Amino acid sequence: MSKSNSNIFTRYRITFEPRLTEIKWWQSLFISVSALVFALIIGAIILKVVGGDPWRAYTHIAKASFGDIGVFSDTMVKAIPLMLVGLASVVAFKMKLWNIGTEGQFYLGAFGASMVVLLPILPEDSPQWLFIMVMVIFGITFGAMWGFIPGYLKVKYNVNEIISTLMMNYIAVKWNDFFIYAVWSEGGFQYSKVFPKNAWLPRLTDYSQYIPELRGLTTHMGLIFALVAVVIVWFILYRSRWGYEIRLIGDNPKAANYAGIKIKKNIIYVMMLSGGLAGLAGMSEITGVVHRLQGAISPGYGYTGIIVAWLAKLNPFLVVIVSILFGALILAGREIQPSGVPKLIQGIILVSLIASDYLVRNRIRVIRKIEG
Amino acid sequence: MNLPAKNKESSPNVVEMKGITKEFPGVLAADHVDFSLRKGEIHALLGENGAGKSTLMNILTGLYKQDYGDIFVNGIRRVFSSPNQAIAAGIGMVHQHFMLVPTQTVTENVLLGLDEPKFHLNLKKYDLRIKQLGEQMGLPIEPTTKIWQLSVGEQQRVELIKMLYRGAEILILDEPTAVLAPSEIEAFFQTLRKMTEQGKSIIFITHKLHEVLQIADRLTIMRRGKVTASGVDPTGMAINDLAKLMVGREIAFEIHKKEVKPGQVVLTTTDLECLNDKGLPALRGINLHICAGEIVGLAGVAGNGQRELADVLTGLRKVTRGQIKVNGNDITNRDPKNIIENGVSHIPEDRHHVGSSPNLSITDNVIMKNYVKKPIAQGLTVNQKASEKYAANLRNTYEILSPSIHTPVRLLSGGNLQKVILAREISGQPGIMIAMQPTRGLDVGAIEGVQKLILKQQEEGAGILLVSEELEELLSLSDRIYVIFEGKIMGEVTDRDVDKIGMMMTGTPLDQINFTAGGNHV
Repeated sequence: MSKSNSNIFTRYRITFEPRLTEIKWWQSLFISVSALVFALIIGAIILKVVGGDPWRAYTHIAKASFGDIGVFSDTMVKAIPLMLVGLASVVAFKMKLWNIGTEGQFYLGAFGASMVVLLPILPEDSPQWLFIMVMVIFGITFGAMWGFIPGYLKVKYNVNEIISTLMMNYIAVKWNDFFIYAVWSEGGFQYSKVFPKNAWLPRLTDYSQYIPELRGLTTHMGLIFALVAVVIVWFILYRSRWGYEIRLIGDNPKAANYAGIKIKKNIIYVMMLSGGLAGLAGMSEITGVVHRLQGAISPGYGYTGIIVAWLAKLNPFLVVIVSILFGALILAGREIQPSGVPKLIQGIILVSLIASDYLVRNRIRVIRKIEG
Repeated sequence: MNLPAKNKESSPNVVEMKGITKEFPGVLAADHVDFSLRKGEIHALLGENGAGKSTLMNILTGLYKQDYGDIFVNGIRRVFSSPNQAIAAGIGMVHQHFMLVPTQTVTENVLLGLDEPKFHLNLKKYDLRIKQLGEQMGLPIEPTTKIWQLSVGEQQRVELIKMLYRGAEILILDEPTAVLAPSEIEAFFQTLRKMTEQGKSIIFITHKLHEVLQIADRLTIMRRGKVTASGVDPTGMAINDLAKLMVGREIAFEIHKKEVKPGQVVLTTTDLECLNDKGLPALRGINLHICAGEIVGLAGVAGNGQRELADVLTGLRKVTRGQIKVNGNDITNRDPKNIIENGVSHIPEDRHHVGSSPNLSITDNVIMKNYVKKPIAQGLTVNQKASEKYAANLRNTYEILSPSIHTPVRLLSGGNLQKVILAREISGQPGIMIAMQPTRGLDVGAIEGVQKLILKQQEEGAGILLVSEELEELLSLSDRIYVIFEGKIMGEVTDRDVDKIGMMMTGTPLDQINFTAGGNHV
């Protein structure tokens, strides 16, 4: 018995060979889920080695982010900006346009939305629907403008968009700082006055007088924006002529040029769409959560959005799921901050999922060795 | 050449492969294949794409492992589990696509991956050694030159030296002439002969049948994983015989070309000039015209401006002087979109990097040029049903072999990929077609299919510019042939006079040829 068992390892050989056919969607899902489980096991081992209790840590994280409707609502609040910024990255990355500037576009979107109240564009007693509409327009426009600049520079002067978008993030943060320190400062503090209630995005808790169960739930209308954006982005990429151009340029710009597609025009448009989505994320965060313009409105949503897009394999619908997962980890991070465990797990998941891509491209084969 | 070939019959086998079997999911890539290589011979390995040549060679070089069968090298049974072990046993392979570092010198590339030198790079010592090795083998090379400064032919020499330096006694060359200009091929063959004189043994994988007759001592032909001719002496064999063994059916080398009366002039160029990628003049005053229902060949040694001409005609490159007219409209320096709209289609030279989008599906690849037109376009959207119907239709009509219309085209064979491109370009019912090397790298069966499609286009009234380095192809398909040399048209031939074409390809303008020829006759 034991002899035949040991022979299994000597008689068989495991090799990896490139896949010659497309992978099925359920295989892809299975690989991703396995990678996730694998990452959690590795995380558990590390926690165990350093003397922690992995089971307790995991249940704590799960409870802190999915435990009841209240914390799940908080998870969603964190997931909303990630979805929108993730979509912004998906759009740009699909064309192999490396927009690292979603963080800055997020800030500019927040700035644009705040302008509506603080400049002011609209009087304070304007109806809520008007406020939301105008703020959405301003948020998207300012984000898109911030995306337009590096796009234009790339087209006109061949400036590498990775560097220009990254640098513009710092400009965006300082731009915001200038306004909260100087122009719109509230009594010398580094934030603006609180927006009037009718400039807030409606939250679930606002309807608690009709449905008491909603009391305290802070999930806001931004979720609807995000979900609508998911469908729109999917439609643009996979059903529209423009999306076809984006995918063709992303896969083979030479072929796109050969087919008569104008690449330069598309670089600018895609940068603006990407920036606009990130701007909408900033708008929804400022009017749905923060309710005033202040510093540090983003704990790096822009950068996390890049990871979200990548883990979602640039699939708009998967962005929703990955964003919720990351929202949960951000929330749990606040709960058990000192241990740094969620950050650790986040890292392991990331590496594990990216490495699992190897299995999407290659397949495992067990080969029986030839006797003798 | 015949004498040493006779002697080789008594030479011992350096490689023997017996009963090699390798199965990939759903495909028996090699089915009890026997193969032997004698010392000092050039053994050609022939077969269509997917016949199992590459599989067999990958097994010999340790990239794949056979399911069954044995390999003997110099009479000793060997099991290779990595290419390094194969190299250690004296087997080296030169792949079709070179694996060289462009920014490093010849010597650095040769030494790459070796254990020696260990830390201190005394390159001068190795420079000398490599130079000597090259001269000895008939591969003259300057060891201190950087790879990017070398021509493709010279880079191939570096690849060969790399293998020889590693002590390879058995060289496997995967379609070595595919990258060479016709003028370089003869020199390359001489190098091969010199190497066999030094005792090296060579396996020569190729598609080009006439080369086999020219260089090989023996040949083995594979078809669908099986050997159809094993170690045959090619002396006295005709190309048709070889083709039959390769594809298992008679290939019509005689092309049935219908008489088509040329119509109106559809494309003219006057004094066309442009620059190449390095900014040097590539075209220096091209004047030509193409009529409807006419195939016009463009002959010439590679790199004499053919690619630039095709680029300029399709809007992919800027014209610096001169004019292009299509059906009377000036399209000089218009963008590709405008030129497509003027009815000019283009079969690009590089079907992987220009003509197709590898990760997109067949559907997405065939709608590349008409996704803006009804019924594929529906307002601002792409009509999925219409485009899928369109793709399915083309897949049937052009016999594109693939699991479905959703298959990414990177998974298609060269011939099927070319069919996708042809299907797209032809279905746009172009008035003008610029076909760059449409059959290059395809197997015999696919070549025939592509040529038929081009002829059918002509019958339907398109004016076709056919650029090819295969003179035979030009002669059998074209109504007229222009010869290009260093960016100038040397002349035009309508009587398929190969001698004239040959002289023009090497730089003698037609009027000078006529002058001397006329003199001889009188």
